[in-house]
Amino acid sequence: MIDLGAPLGFLHSFTGAFDFIFHQREAVTGGGVQVGGPAEILHLTWTQFYVSALALAVALAIALPVGLVLGHRGKGELLAVGIGNAGRAVPELGVIAFLAAFIGVGLRNVTIALMVLGIPPILTNTFVAIRQVDRNAVEAAEGMGMRPAQVIARIELPLATPTIMSGVRTAAINIVATATIASIIGVPTLGKLILGQDTYGVDGVVAGAIVVALLALAVELALAGMQRALTPTGLKLQRARRSA
Amino acid sequence: MRVIRARKAFTLVVAVILAIAVAACGSSNNGGGGGGSSANLIKSNPANHKVTITVGSKNFTEEYILGEIYAQGLQAAGYNVKKQLNLGSETIALKAIKDGDITGYPEYTSTALGSFFQVPAQKIPADPNQAYQMAKADLAKEGIVAYPPTPFGDSNAVGTLTSTAKQLHLTDISSLKGKSQNLTLAGSPQCSERIDCLAGLEKNYGLHFKKFTPVDIGLRYTVLDKGDADLSILFTSDAQLANSHKYTILKDDKGLIPAGNPIFLAAKSVADKAGPDFAKTIEQVQGNLTLPVMQELNSRVDIDKQQPAAVAHEYLKSSGYVK
Repeated sequence: MIDLGAPLGFLHSFTGAFDFIFHQREAVTGGGVQVGGPAEILHLTWTQFYVSALALAVALAIALPVGLVLGHRGKGELLAVGIGNAGRAVPELGVIAFLAAFIGVGLRNVTIALMVLGIPPILTNTFVAIRQVDRNAVEAAEGMGMRPAQVIARIELPLATPTIMSGVRTAAINIVATATIASIIGVPTLGKLILGQDTYGVDGVVAGAIVVALLALAVELALAGMQRALTPTGLKLQRARRSA
Repeated sequence: MRVIRARKAFTLVVAVILAIAVAACGSSNNGGGGGGSSANLIKSNPANHKVTITVGSKNFTEEYILGEIYAQGLQAAGYNVKKQLNLGSETIALKAIKDGDITGYPEYTSTALGSFFQVPAQKIPADPNQAYQMAKADLAKEGIVAYPPTPFGDSNAVGTLTSTAKQLHLTDISSLKGKSQNLTLAGSPQCSERIDCLAGLEKNYGLHFKKFTPVDIGLRYTVLDKGDADLSILFTSDAQLANSHKYTILKDDKGLIPAGNPIFLAAKSVADKAGPDFAKTIEQVQGNLTLPVMQELNSRVDIDKQQPAAVAHEYLKSSGYVK
């Protein structure tokens, strides 16, 4: 019957979860339907990654230019920081329900809903990062006759990279973790397992959660590596000297 | 405050019932039409006053209404009724019965068998009485009495817009044969791997769909309205189906989908103490709960935003169970 006690059951479910990831088994609901196993897990993981990457790309395409321009001009702090903070308070499920009523379910809805989650940290961080660039460097560049676009591209953007990238990393983690809900608006992701205890059992639920966590970790590591690669050598040296 | 009001209401109910009983004695043969015959009236038995019954329900519309119907009916029969109509899940509700926190609550045959006894969906009968007998036997071993099912069943069903059904000549699920490969089906994310859902439609009916769109159950009508799906997994007692010709349910002609008729479950220890009026009242008050009636009651709460208690009372009154 129902086992409500047994706190050790939680540890046990990890073994079951890994078994679910690596071996196919019959669904709890029976009928010879096979669930779990590497093929299904990989497929769901790929979809989760794919919708996340798409949403992050769109969020970047919108938030980065806006943040750069506003930061460069030093105007619209209220807008950049305000939208950023307000955006964090938007309930994702509300966005989904709202979008479902207007544009229906599917990849478009998922991308917009997740993009809403990605814009705030990127926008706010970009704005703040550009504002924090050493004014002397910017004035020197202007003094050398650089045009505004050149100042942004060659002085401000490189110097602001670490802070911008940390915004991108926050956005990416939020998006990857939240992409689980895509499974209730037309795109099957790992959320299908997490929401489906009566079909996949506790093993399936825990397996889904483990794989989402691993995917988020992998994305975080990849972006951290990218951040290192994009940070100008000069900044790295400066930091190394400061911390030494 | 609420206690006082409930007691006042109770006194009022008793007074009204007595008055009507007296009136009924005077005028014999007062017509059985309209379902308002006093023959149906639940009689308050003073012997029941000392028995306290706590009626529970899970926390969604249909359960609230059913919980109220049973609670108000039992109260009319003279029991000292308390309510606990907000239990989060069947697991919590079952534990509440076993711990004595509630006396009983209405549960669906399919949920009782699937969730409490891990019966695979494939083995849960589509016939309400077979499903009931199976659940009753399993529950008896747990010290729980299961009363007979309601006339209506709240089961999963394949539904579509009536315009689509007419255009494609769809009546039952079998009639999808040869057409399904051009149609999109929407259902819960797990539907694709459930034998009582898409997996069963493929296996038992030999159907293949153009696409399966996983959606939250809250969107099951939105996808049809928006044209995101041609077919959607609906629930037979949905409020949206009340008096509506907009949607059509395709008959499950091969009996794939498990029966989801509510059955009232109660702790045997309390049920034994409660005497014969208990079972009698439960079976009586659910007697008029046919599918169209339940859809209508659900729509009064979900769509017209009335209170479940008021809707339940209205049902009991129009059925002639209470005045």
